[in-house]
Amino acid sequence: MQTTLKIVANEDKLRAYLPRELDHHAARPIREVLDRRLFEEKPTVLILDFSGVEFMDSSAIALIIGRASACESLGAAVILTGLSEHQKKLVRLSGALRTKNVSITEV
Amino acid sequence: MKRIINEMKLRLIARGENESVCRAIISAFVAELNPTVEELCDIRCAVSEAVTNCVVHAYPDRGGERRDYIYISVRLYDTREVSVEISDRGVGIENVELARQPSYTTGEASERCGMGFLVMESFTDAMTVKSKPGRGTTVLLKKILKP
Repeated sequence: MQTTLKIVANEDKLRAYLPRELDHHAARPIREVLDRRLFEEKPTVLILDFSGVEFMDSSAIALIIGRASACESLGAAVILTGLSEHQKKLVRLSGALRTKNVSITEV
Repeated sequence: MKRIINEMKLRLIARGENESVCRAIISAFVAELNPTVEELCDIRCAVSEAVTNCVVHAYPDRGGERRDYIYISVRLYDTREVSVEISDRGVGIENVELARQPSYTTGEASERCGMGFLVMESFTDAMTVKSKPGRGTTVLLKKILKP
């Protein structure tokens, strides 16, 4: 289980393995690093991988919505993966999936 | 008549590092009632939102001074009720009704999405917010655990 962010670029996809705790305090540096990589590499898909995330609150929602808007300006899609049932509940509650370039996948 | 079976009070400096500290302490304290994973997630998430509000909004422009505190009081009842009160003595909220609206935030849009009160309300059985401008804010969260 990792405590830090790991980003892997594969062709036109950027996959971010998010850290164990994703609260307001933890989200700030992640946002900065992710945005830098997004604009450097201009992927067509950003995969946010939550499989290592043990805790998240609405700061994670702000992270998703913010990256979705950055991706929209690049014409990229955002895919959320590895969400637990509770995390899905939070994502649905927030309406983040109404953002047109955001979707959830199980893989 | 419900009876208190355990109670604790915490006072922490309103800084980001303490968001995870609060969650860890409250999780350990509630463990006595054997909450389900789901219930514990709900409590941790709701508490994190309230504590983050104190860190982000209660004491602006003071950069975490020594006396910028978050006050937390947790009670466990024999009715399997968990009550968590999270208070600050910060700037307070001018219009609580407005602040409770989804998507409303005075924070930086890139890091806050205005979902805090919605999450607290959705993940608990009751939420009350009391606030006085210049005096501070108190959020009371109640969660009733399944038998």
